[in-house]
Amino acid sequence: MVVAVAEESRGGDHARSWIEAAKSDYWQLIDTDHLVSDLYNLVNVPQAIWIDERGIVVRPPESAGSTDHFRRMDLATRTLAPDDMAARLAARQAYLDAVRAWVRTGKHALPAVDAAARQPRVTSEIAEARARFRLGVWLRRHGRAAEGDAEMAEASRLHPESWTIWRQAADLDEVGKASGPQFWARVKALGDKHYYPPARL
Amino acid sequence: MTVILTDRAEHRVTTVGTFLSAADAERVTGWTLKPEGMCRDEACVPLPAGAVRGGAVDVAAFWRKLGGPVAATGAGDVLALGAPAESRNAALEGLEAPDFTLPDIDGVPRTLSQLRGRKVFMATWASW
Repeated sequence: MVVAVAEESRGGDHARSWIEAAKSDYWQLIDTDHLVSDLYNLVNVPQAIWIDERGIVVRPPESAGSTDHFRRMDLATRTLAPDDMAARLAARQAYLDAVRAWVRTGKHALPAVDAAARQPRVTSEIAEARARFRLGVWLRRHGRAAEGDAEMAEASRLHPESWTIWRQAADLDEVGKASGPQFWARVKALGDKHYYPPARL
Repeated sequence: MTVILTDRAEHRVTTVGTFLSAADAERVTGWTLKPEGMCRDEACVPLPAGAVRGGAVDVAAFWRKLGGPVAATGAGDVLALGAPAESRNAALEGLEAPDFTLPDIDGVPRTLSQLRGRKVFMATWASW
């Protein structure tokens, strides 16, 4: 069973066109407060978690087949070089193949000790960032944009690794800002660090 | 009237500063005021001095004692009580998938644990 969770503080209507285009028969959930990011300590989208029949996490959060090839995108044409596009599609296919193998045979499920070791650790700064983000979204929803933005800015300062906090705040400020010049500047500032750390299959 | 946000709920309660009636404090936090402190199941957390006044509980002081973050507006009319880092870490390391209920695109509430007995591939995304 696939469960897709839209981290979408503007609400379901903002995600509806994508969901309807997908014509999916699985759950398409709307998470306006980013509860799933809070519970599972996520930092980006898309991230995936594999959960077995007992309700046990057998693969903690990881990049769901996405790669960093987009960082070499030609921003004028929004296109990738053919080699980068091919590598990106190959990585996505490899990840989807791994998911299918797990469903059929159990392959790629991690032993409990390894799964526990890979769980991302919540710090007190991250916990505070989540609370401030929750408050910021509420304030935005209730017409208190300046206060909300201040809370979300502080959340992003406390948890700079969270792209979901920064990008959601940017989107609430202005649609499109989450993938605008400031986003690309932040991506460039990563240097040698990954935007999408490869899943270790 | 003060709004108190937890990770899964929004409460509207009467407060004096950050003091709530014991009943409201229990409703918001899930912890019960007892002579030994705020208690839940077998656990009790002693309250800081001055955190109980006339049967009311300073929910912010209690929450910080519990290790949880408290975010508040300047006017103090909205508070967010975040989950303590250690409780999140304990849940993550225990590997049982944290349960939640969220609406689907048609507003129907869906609960993750309804899918017990099936493998679940859960993925996040966003339009932005």
